[in-house]
Order: sequence, then structure tokens, then C-alpha cells
Amino acid sequence: MIQEAIPFTPQTAASSITQILWLIPASPLVASGVIALLKQPRRKPAAALAIGSLSVSLLLSLAAFAHVLAGWANGHAVRETLNCTWFQVGASSVSMGWVLDPLAAVMLVMVSFVGLLIFIYSVGYMAHDWNFVRFFCFLSLFAGAMLGVVIANSMLLLFMSWEIVGLTSYLLIGFWYERPSASAAAKKAFLTTRVGDIFFFLGMVWLFSQTGTLLFYNHGAGSLEGLALNSLLAQHAAFGITAAGAIGLLIFAGAMGKSGQVPLHVWLPDAMEGPTPVSALIHAATMVAAGVYLIARVYPLMSAGIPLMRTPGVTAITGALAVVTWVGAITAVFAALIAIAQNDIKRILAYSTVSQLGYMMAGLGLGGVAVGLFHLITHAFFKSLLFLGAGSVIHGAHEEQDIRKMGGLWSKMPATFATYAIGMLALCGFPLVFSGFWSKDGILEAAHSGAIQGPYYLLVFGALLTAFYMTRQVSYVFFGYWRGHHPAHESARVMTMPMAVLAFFAVTLGVIGTPAWPWFRSFLNGQAAHFDWHGFAEPGLLSLMAMSSFVVFLGLGIGWWLYGNKSPSPEEPDALEKAAPALWAGLRDRLYVDEFYGVTFIAFYNWWARVADWLDRRIWGGIVALVAWLFRGWAQLNRLFDNDWINGGFDKTCEEFSSSGGLLARVQSGRVQIYLRILALAVVVLVAILFWSARP
Amino acid sequence: MNAILPPAATGFGILTLITVVPLLGAVVALFSGRHARGVALFTALINLALALVIWTRLPADGGIGLVERLAWAPSLGIEYHLGVDALGALMVLLSSIVTLMSIDAAHRVHHQPGLYYGLVLTLESGLFGSFTALNFFHWFLFWELSLIPAFFLIKLWGGPRRGPAATQFLVYTMAGSVALLICFLAVFLATGSMDFGQLTAMAQSGALTEAVTAHLGPVMFWLAIGVLAGFSVKVPLMPLHTWLPAAYAEAPSPVTMLLTGAMSKMGVYGLLRIALPIFGAQIATMRTPLLALAVITVVMGAWAAAAQKDLKRVFAYSSVNHLGYCLLGIFALAIPISGATQTNQAAALNGVILQMFNHGLTAAAIFWFMAIIQMRSGGLRGIDDFGGLRKPAPVLAGMMGIALFSSLGLPGLNNFVSEFLIFRGVFPLSWIGATISLLGLLVTAAVLLTVIQKVFTGPAPERWAAFPDLHHSERLALAPVLVLMLLIGLVPQLILNAVNPTVLNLLAHWRF
Repeated sequence: MIQEAIPFTPQTAASSITQILWLIPASPLVASGVIALLKQPRRKPAAALAIGSLSVSLLLSLAAFAHVLAGWANGHAVRETLNCTWFQVGASSVSMGWVLDPLAAVMLVMVSFVGLLIFIYSVGYMAHDWNFVRFFCFLSLFAGAMLGVVIANSMLLLFMSWEIVGLTSYLLIGFWYERPSASAAAKKAFLTTRVGDIFFFLGMVWLFSQTGTLLFYNHGAGSLEGLALNSLLAQHAAFGITAAGAIGLLIFAGAMGKSGQVPLHVWLPDAMEGPTPVSALIHAATMVAAGVYLIARVYPLMSAGIPLMRTPGVTAITGALAVVTWVGAITAVFAALIAIAQNDIKRILAYSTVSQLGYMMAGLGLGGVAVGLFHLITHAFFKSLLFLGAGSVIHGAHEEQDIRKMGGLWSKMPATFATYAIGMLALCGFPLVFSGFWSKDGILEAAHSGAIQGPYYLLVFGALLTAFYMTRQVSYVFFGYWRGHHPAHESARVMTMPMAVLAFFAVTLGVIGTPAWPWFRSFLNGQAAHFDWHGFAEPGLLSLMAMSSFVVFLGLGIGWWLYGNKSPSPEEPDALEKAAPALWAGLRDRLYVDEFYGVTFIAFYNWWARVADWLDRRIWGGIVALVAWLFRGWAQLNRLFDNDWINGGFDKTCEEFSSSGGLLARVQSGRVQIYLRILALAVVVLVAILFWSARP
Repeated sequence: MNAILPPAATGFGILTLITVVPLLGAVVALFSGRHARGVALFTALINLALALVIWTRLPADGGIGLVERLAWAPSLGIEYHLGVDALGALMVLLSSIVTLMSIDAAHRVHHQPGLYYGLVLTLESGLFGSFTALNFFHWFLFWELSLIPAFFLIKLWGGPRRGPAATQFLVYTMAGSVALLICFLAVFLATGSMDFGQLTAMAQSGALTEAVTAHLGPVMFWLAIGVLAGFSVKVPLMPLHTWLPAAYAEAPSPVTMLLTGAMSKMGVYGLLRIALPIFGAQIATMRTPLLALAVITVVMGAWAAAAQKDLKRVFAYSSVNHLGYCLLGIFALAIPISGATQTNQAAALNGVILQMFNHGLTAAAIFWFMAIIQMRSGGLRGIDDFGGLRKPAPVLAGMMGIALFSSLGLPGLNNFVSEFLIFRGVFPLSWIGATISLLGLLVTAAVLLTVIQKVFTGPAPERWAAFPDLHHSERLALAPVLVLMLLIGLVPQLILNAVNPTVLNLLAHWRF
């Protein structure tokens, strides 16, 4: 492990860049509003506004990053906040605010940079779409909300941005709304993530009522600071869990929804119905990583309290973090298994994303913020690269998404192939030269030295699967011979250039996270970074690296052995299908999770809706009908009684009124008159009683 | 008995004016035939202006302001006593906005337009009167006054099954009214007062229960039940809601806007202005069953909406669900106020009052869109009758989408703030109730997204290929409503700054 350096002294006074930090999300938000008011055919202004506004955000993000970096170089752990009261309720206030710290700075740069590249790519990808302007409107709205999530210093602001991110995800998945599958996928995405968000909301409300604030940092009075955490730890919820742990788990449920963790992962593969740039930006690089970011943000809450197992010599974790770890590790393997048997180029990548998000969660749980976040950053680059590559392939192959109908594209689309190969090797964790190797190795290392060993074996197995399914995909798409109908073509420069930039970073980002120079980790943790070859000399580290390299080569080897240059026809069963048909069918059908939800939750929803309706119509309605029947009977008696007696005069008036009312008379039934009469009677009785009781 | 009230006469003022103006407008509209809509619009605009003036002239301490107090029938405890705090003024403002929206939405009234708009304005007057009255007798007159025009509006201009719907609506609400009347007669017999302020003070000191018990025996609990029932019908609280789906569905959509946007608030308002202050101690003793009913209203309301095939019934049940949050907040806060709970109660009450406004605005907007869709489709309103409308009518889809997302509580729009505050307040007061009610948020989202999916997405069928999009005039009329949703979602202090002092003031005078 790294040398334990003493954390830097905190610097909390808001600097000028923190004062204008709000401009980073505001800029794309304003652009989105302006684009929304543009007329449909104005493509160029729309794209220019979106790209321009995000460039502004990127520049400001870089300035913010530079500021944090400068502070860090001077020995300050920068954590600057700016808070304000949103409104008062009772004597307490609901506050908003934003924060600039290393965590936020890194995410800001990543989101705005990857976002900008994908915006540029979209100009080419969506060039022929009639709804081009609307696309950039939604994309800008997304960017603004996502940047809002990043800078939020208040759980409430974070939640609000979070939900708007969910809205844009909904809008963009269902962008081609004329396709029923797209609108169904959009709805599914929104509702599945909302299941998690309900728990998140509950956790937020609980945290607020428990600590009296939703600010994360507020000069010692925030909900993530010592005072509040201690009061949360003193409270016990149930089953020996502290309030901090329970709130942490509720928040994690929200993260599970957004980050597609099992069992809430089902929406993410369907989300591939959206245009490919959307898949790259929202469903690979940024939004789905927001869950990971959320856990990193509330890490003090998750890690507060007494660790579960205290064995000497290993890093112990709290119950909440143990849950995060297990969910992440299970997700990593579960999704990787399914990815093996998919034939849609984007769906393979989607399951791969789910799997990699599992790695991030496990990394957070076992190794802390820096480990999880480093994988988040490298993954953002190489996975968005892969999606853009997939988009380029789909474009070049005339909207074909079935990898069995592709092949041999390496010669037809050399630029796409080269960049895609880099992304693929980074994702597999190809040793030493690719960023994915270092970030994944950090997670494996943390898992290996952690208190619980189960996740470690799961994650190693997941690494094997990852290398395998990516080799299968690349073999089908780029090697062998072309099985499509029309010859494929390379994509335009506006699409390949962003891919080249992403490929560059997919390789080079590894430099900042090697054991010899754990710059990223030191930066996030507020410690000084040293370059030291002895970082490799940690006990067991080199053997671990050798082992993980071996696993990667094994996966690549098996993949190439089964699929390399084979070019099976689309009708032919898959190589694995021949070997294990039953297993293959299960994996191909996504392990029947959707079907399971269909016969349980969705069936219950529909059945219970019918029950609610039936209760209304039969039970409550029946009681009402009974009462009405009795009432009517009484009214008949009443009519006999007062027709002759008291109300002769009133009846006459009523009749005159109704006959003169024209239309009134036509539709008025006798029943109405009864009620009017009862009303009149009631008033007469009332007045009589009043006068009687008011006698002197 | 027979305590003669000190007639602190202060003369007529703006509250009387705002109540009388729509009545005058109604008379003019009745005789202006084709021009009735113009007259009604003009009157509603004046009312909106007056409501805004009232809103700006509230006392800063959150107490009752703009008081008008005249002797009426002192021997009967009847006074002409008007006044508003932020709660009343907000409801007056909401009523004037919703009425304006409703009149704007009612484009084509072929039969008897004069009568139609006259009734709408009479209804508005009834709303104003009942939101400003501080004496039971006066209040009750206007409570009933609003009922009669609503009945005829459903009965005469409603859909195919309007007859039973209107009757059910009238009978149900009348039953509630009778219960209220009887209860307040009993209270009057015991105390000689019908003044809400006086009765609240008596309830706070415990004198009310003593007086009632001394005169009538131990009936205070039953009186509380009667009053609760009267208001619960109007809100409604399950299982007293069965009149609602039929009435909302069969009323012409502009009238449904009034029913759900403004009239349903009379019930919640009554709970806050009358039931909690006067019968707080009794309500506190039945808090658990009432909370259970509120949770059922929230959850089953949302789920019943999921089973509906008629869009208007979907939104009707969705309304039940949304007002269920108000009831949840109201019943949850009925526990003795102490320093520790006061913050939670204040949060819940702020949320409830804001939710009343938000729901009124959003529900009225949704039914306005329904009016627009029905007008273009020849009255169709089945959820499966449509499909793919976003293609021919993108602006309609977008604007209605905003209203629907406001309804499902999207942050940045109005409903989120109030629902957040309600849950923030209710959770520490009754975490079980809050947790189960969260299901309502989920199911509502499922219901509304299904509506969007079925109505607006998918391939556009042949018959709707030329579905007309919103005209410029419609866009201009709807835009301020949507802007207001956004504004309240982002700057809720516009309303809460005035509501919060009133909340503190109310809590200071309540005793559970």
C-alpha cells in the first residue's frame, strides 16, 4: 500500500473560482433553454450553442481543477464551499450550496471533457436526424444537470440534479419515440431508477430530520462532518445498524438504481434504444457513474462507525461498505456472464458497463474513494470510446447492430478499428500500457488485502469474462469476412477525431495511477505524491499483477481460440452454444431477470391496481349505492309527507323556476328537486332552531 | 349562551369586493349571450388582480389581516367577519388563477354560454367567500353557494353519464354539509359563538370541551368525527371519495379544473382553518386510524389510477393521491406540539399548504390539456384511443409533458418542493406512514409515464396524422402556468416566505 502521509491542512474559504462555480452547470442549462425555443430547422445554432456552452464549462472546470491543484501543490487540501439558504420552514432552513474539492474537480473535468467530445461526435452522428435541434437541447440539459450533481454540496441539490439527469436519460432513451421499444425502454429506465430513488429520498429525509441539515460540508456543521456523524452513530435503527449505516444503505439504493447494480440493472441494457452518443455519454461515461460518485461523496457517512470484522493486518470495513462491496462484486460477474451471450454490439457494451460499475462499487467499498473513482475516470474514457466506436460501426454498417452480420471491418474502417482495439484492450485490462489495467488492478489489490475474500475471487473471475466477451465481440465485428449486405464505409472525421482523443487518454491515464506514482490517489486523499519505484515492492503486489495479467491473457486466448477469424454465419449456432446449449440459452435470455420481474413485481402492480379499482367500484361503491337506496326511500316518504303539508308553496316556486329555465327543465330530473327541497328544508329547520335557541 | 359579541365594526374592504365582483360579473354574463366569455374573462382578470393585491397586503407576522367585521345577527352569534392570513390568501389566489384558467379553457360553450359563465363566476364567488369567512354561518353560506353552481355545471354541460355523476356529487357533499351544520349548531348551542377565532381560543384553553360537555354531554368526540367527515368528503379521504372519479370524469374538463383545482382545496382548507384548531385534541386521539386512511388514500389512489382506461379518471384518481399527501401531513402533525416536534410540524404544514397550491395549479393544467385533447379528438378520452400524438403535435406533447412531470414530482417543478416538505415533516412524526406513502410516489410515476407512452409515443395512427398542434393563443395562455410551475419549483420562497409565518402562527394557536 501507499505510504501513509499526513493529510494536508484543509483550506475552506471560498475563492473566486468557487464563487463562480455555479456557472459550470448553468452554462449548458441556459443553452438548453435557448435551444428549446429555437425553431426546428436551426441546426447550426443549436449545435454551436450546445458545444459552445459546454466548452465554457470545460474551461471553467479546468480553472477549478487548476485551483485545486495549486492548493494541493502548496500543501492545502482544498475543500471550498459556498452555501446559501433556499427557504425557511419553521425555525430551520433548507440550504443549498456547492463544493469544490479534489473529488468534484476531477469529475468536473471528466464530465465536461468527455461530454464535449461526444457533443462534437453527435454533430456527425445525428446529422440526418430530423429532430436534431431537440437532441442538442436534451443533451445540454443533461450536461447541466450532471454537472450540478458533481458540484452539489447539499444532498437536496444533488437529488434534484440527479432526478433531472434521470429525466434527460428518459427523454434521450426515448428520443426515437415512434419506436414503441424506445418509449418502453425509456419508461422502464425511469421507473427502475425511481425505485432506487424512492429509497434515496427516504434516506435524505431521514438524514435531514436527524441532523437538521442537508449540506455536506458547512464549516463543521454539515451532515458529513464529525458532529452530525457522531449523532448519527449514537442512534440505532434496527438489527444493530446505526442510523448512519441505515441512511447510507438507503442512499446506496439510489446509487444502485442509477448505476445499474443488480437487481436494478435491468433498465441499462434496454437503454441502448437511445442514439449511440447518448449511450456513450449517459449510459457509459457519466450518468451511470453518478451512483458511484454519490457513494464517493457520502463516503464519510458510509465509512463512519465500527468496522464489521476487525482482524489485525487487514483493512476492515463497515457493514454499509460491505453491502456496497458485495453488490458490486456480484454485479461485476453477473453482468459479465450475460455479456458473453449477447449479439447486439451495444448490448454487449451495456452489460460490460454494468459489470464495470460493479467493479467501481467494489473498489469504493474495499479500497476507498480513490480506488473506485480512478476506475470511474479511466472507464469513462475507454467505455465512451467503445460506444463511439460502436456507433461508428453501426453507421458504417448501415444501421446494423447484430455482430453476427458484420466481420472483417478492420480493413474497411481502419481508424475505427484502431481506436476500438485500444478501448477494448483498456477494458480488458491489458497489462502495463493501458489505463484499465492499472485502475482494475487497484481494485483487485484492495480486494485481495481486504477483510472479506469472496469479492476478490468474483472480481478475478469477472476479469477473465471481460477479456473473453470483448475478444468475442471484436472477432465477430472486425475479423473474418463481411457478412452484411451493403459494403461498409469509414465514418466522417467529425466522428473519428473525438475517438482518437479518447483513445489517447484510454492509454495515458494509467500513468497517474501506478503503484510507483499513485498521483491520483494522493491528490484525492490530500496527500503529497511521490515517485517511488518501491511502490511495486509491496508484498504480493507483483504476483497479483502477474496473476491478473495471466487472467487477461487467458480470456483473450480462449476468446480468440473460439471465435478468432472464424466468421460463422448468422444462422450458425455460437461456438459456446454448441458446447453448452442450456447455459447459453440462459445467458442469452439475460438469466430471466426481466421475466422474473414480469411475473412478480409487474404482475403484482397490475393485479393490485385491479384490486384497488374493484374495491372502489364494488365495495365502496356498493355501500354508497345502499345508502343512496335508503336515502331515496326516505325521500319518497318525505315527498308524500311534505307535498301535502309544509312545502306546497316551495314546490310551486321550484316548478316555476324549472319551467322558466328552458334548458334546466329539459334535463332536470325529479330527483334534483328532492335534493333542493331537502336543502331548503334543512335551511328552514336551521333558521328555526337558531331563532328558538336565541330567544332572550 | 347568547353571548353578544362585541361588534368591532371595521367596514367593508377588499375581501368583500373580491367576493362581490364575480357575482356582479355573473349577472352581467348571464345577460350578455355570445359575449359572456369575454365578460367572464374580464371579471376573472380583475379578481386575479385583487387576489394579488390581497397577497401583497398580508400582515408580516403571519396573523389574520385585512379584517372586516360587522354585526349581522348578534343574537345568533352571526357576524360578518372576514379576514385572511397567508393560508386564506393563497387559496384566494389559487381560486382566481384556476377560475381564469378554466374560463380560458372553455372555448366552445354552445348551449347557454351566459348561464355557463355566470355559474362559473358564482362558483368563484363561493370559493372566495369560503376562503375568507371567519364566522361559521357566513362560511357555510359560501361553502354551499359554491356547491350549487358546480352541480349545475356538471349536470347541464357534462359528459354522457353526467346525471348520476352530478347527483352523487351533490348528495355526497350535502351529506358532508349536513354533518358540519349539525356539529356547529351543537357547538353554538354550547358556547354561543360561531366565530372561528373565539372557538379556537376556547379549544386552546380547554373551555370548549368543558362547555360542550356541560351543555350536551360527552359528544365532543362525535362532533369532531362529524366535522372531519364533512371535510373529508370534499378533499376526499378514502373511502369517502367514490363520488369523485365519476364527477371529475363526467364534468366538462374546464369544470373539472375548478373541481380539482379549487374546490377540493375547500376541504383541506376546512381541516386547517376549522377542524384542527377547534377539534385538535379529538383529532389527536384518532390520529392513528386517520393516518392509516390517509396512507390508504395516497397508495390506493395512485393504484386505482393505474387501472383506469379513461384518461380523466386516471387524473381524477391521481388527484386523490396528491391530496392524500396533504391529509398525510395534516394528520401526522396532530400530536402535542413541543420544541422537538415543532420543526417537523412546521415543515409538514408548510408542505401541506404549498401542496394545496401546487396541486391546484398542476391538476388544473392537466385537465386543461385534457380539454384541448378532447376538443381536437371529438370528445375522446380513452387512454387507448390515442397514440403517437407527439409527432403531429410536438408542442402539445412537450407542454403537457411538463405538467405531467410536475405532477409526478420532478425536482425543479412545483410539486417536488411541497412533497419533499411533507415527507420531511411526516417522516420523524410517523416514519411508517411516510415510508408506505412513498409507494404512492412510485406508482404515480408509473401511471403518468404510461399515459405519456400510450398517448404521445409510438407510431402515429392514420386518424391522428393531422392532429392539430397547439395554436399560438393556446401556447400563450398555457405558458404562464408552466412558467409558474417552474418558478415555484426553483424559487419556492415566493410563497413560503409568506406561508411560514402563518404556519408558526397557526401552530402557536393549536392544541392537540
